[in-house]
Amino acid sequence: MNALAARRRHPAAIVILLLLGLVVTGLAYSAFAPKQAQAATAAQDQVQEGRKLFLANCATCHGLEAQGTKDGPSLAGVGAAAVDFQVGTGRMPLAGPTVQAQRKEVHFSSDEIASLAAYVASLAPGPAVPDAKYTNGENADPGKGGELFRVNCAMCHNYAGSGGALTRGKHAPSLKDVEGKYVYEAMVSGPQSMPVFNDQNIDPQSKNDIIAYLNTMQATPNPGLTLGSLGPVPEGLFAWVFGLGIMIGFAVWLGKRAA
Amino acid sequence: MDQGQDDAMSTHDGHGSDVARQGDGYGATAVRLDQGHVEVPAGLAERFANPGLPRHTPRMGDVDAAAAKRAERQVATLFGLSMLGTIVFLVAYFAVDQHATAFIPGIGTTDLYHVVLGVSLGVSLLGIGVGAIHWAKTLMPDVEMVEERHTLRASEDDRDRAVANFVEGGETSQLNRRPVLLMSLGGALGLFSLPLLVQLVGGLGPVNIGELKHTIWKKGDKLVRDPEKTPIRADQVTIGSVFHVLPESIKDSEHPLEDKGKAAVLLMRLDPDDIKVKKERDWGHDGIVAYSKICTHVGCPVGLYEQTTHHLLCPCHQSTFDVTEDCKVIFGPAKRPLPQLKITVDSDGYLIADAPFDQPVGPSFWERDRK
Repeated sequence: MNALAARRRHPAAIVILLLLGLVVTGLAYSAFAPKQAQAATAAQDQVQEGRKLFLANCATCHGLEAQGTKDGPSLAGVGAAAVDFQVGTGRMPLAGPTVQAQRKEVHFSSDEIASLAAYVASLAPGPAVPDAKYTNGENADPGKGGELFRVNCAMCHNYAGSGGALTRGKHAPSLKDVEGKYVYEAMVSGPQSMPVFNDQNIDPQSKNDIIAYLNTMQATPNPGLTLGSLGPVPEGLFAWVFGLGIMIGFAVWLGKRAA
Repeated sequence: MDQGQDDAMSTHDGHGSDVARQGDGYGATAVRLDQGHVEVPAGLAERFANPGLPRHTPRMGDVDAAAAKRAERQVATLFGLSMLGTIVFLVAYFAVDQHATAFIPGIGTTDLYHVVLGVSLGVSLLGIGVGAIHWAKTLMPDVEMVEERHTLRASEDDRDRAVANFVEGGETSQLNRRPVLLMSLGGALGLFSLPLLVQLVGGLGPVNIGELKHTIWKKGDKLVRDPEKTPIRADQVTIGSVFHVLPESIKDSEHPLEDKGKAAVLLMRLDPDDIKVKKERDWGHDGIVAYSKICTHVGCPVGLYEQTTHHLLCPCHQSTFDVTEDCKVIFGPAKRPLPQLKITVDSDGYLIADAPFDQPVGPSFWERDRK
């Protein structure tokens, strides 16, 4: 009993016990929560990867810390949605200094775009890449989307989404064959001349309604020659060129003497 | 006439007659423009002999029986084509399904019914027209003929008879004896012009000018989204945003479309440092500014806002307004800036109008400046 009691009172016992407890807790933690730790590391890796891509491809215009230069705006707070839109549609990197960046061939893989987006999103909070359920146009009301489209979008993008002219050589692009994700991201990020339509103005479900409207418009065949759905200008041009052309042809034939 | 003028004129005349004497291919009797109207015996007639009609050349059909036969067959074929088109039209009208679509090269997938009807009717009409012209050009006589113009004036007998008829008509209808007929007819016809004039004058604009001068915006009216009509909190309007806005009182409007046509407003948020006009900053809230969406040119909705240049473009006639300078006109036919709506926030943070528009919105009208 005495020996036992003496060993129990050994001064190192508490320290050993504490150490043992800590080791067990630590092992248990790493055993039970390994995914979280890995995810955090993966996210950090993605941001690092994105930073490398950024320095190699974007920093010339946007600055080494994405703070912006005279050639390109600051990217703090533009969010992942803006990067996914600009790089995912090939508008960035810019081919050259022009009035407006055009949609062109995409230069990066989807993983690289995600890394770039993660890096830019880590600079300051901004709109994220939207959830797919709000961009596929399913479970949405194209009728309500059409109403919202005519109030908010049609004056620039045309009633049928064919695009239109802006001031000084800029233009609103056509929305035909544009993926729902990019339509959504353009609304939340406001690329180039386009104003922002954030989720407090047009909520995510309403944005999905607009995407559903565009999909419906595109899927419905137009009974007749659309002439680009650009309105009265091409229609008038068609009437002048073909209608008057045919009449002039007949007039020339009428005035000619038969052989 | 004083001496100086006289000298000048004689010099002029002398010079002119020199030219005439030299001869310049027009003959010695040619008249110069500055000589006025001068009778010259046989001045112009000698220079322009009537060339007459060009020699008539017969057509193929006139000299070659085979060619004439060929033309006859062509005309008959064209008329036959027309008959075929008409029959196709009649058959297609009943036979083709009205909702059938078909792929047509150059047009794409389109409505079959209307294309068939249009093309067949076109062929049937065109066949008649082209056939008739071809007939006229190849087979009908093409000999040139001259028909002299006869005197237009009728003979004296006919003229006297016409006057007598007119006078007799007036007498037999008893216009002279019963003047009340003439007066009442004149009154009826004269009065009939009034409905035409009233429509013209009435169409010049509303009698009540007040309805042009005021919108339904009033102090304290909440700004609501178009078309949902939900109120807007100031913190929801992020920089670069644009909201299409109506007054909340549009919900109670008896004529919502008429009222919307005047009260529609565009709400934008700029960086307050970008705003160059103090009044614009004071009438907004923390960079949020509200402007009438109705163009001051002819009233189209000005909705094309570019958030980078802060230009507002009207799609109808390209009038461009600079939002950083109190919507000053920087391009296009509009003559006045867009009116600004003075806004503020209520205790819950919702945007409200602080005052109605201080001037009439939309295009100019005569009484615009009259109190």
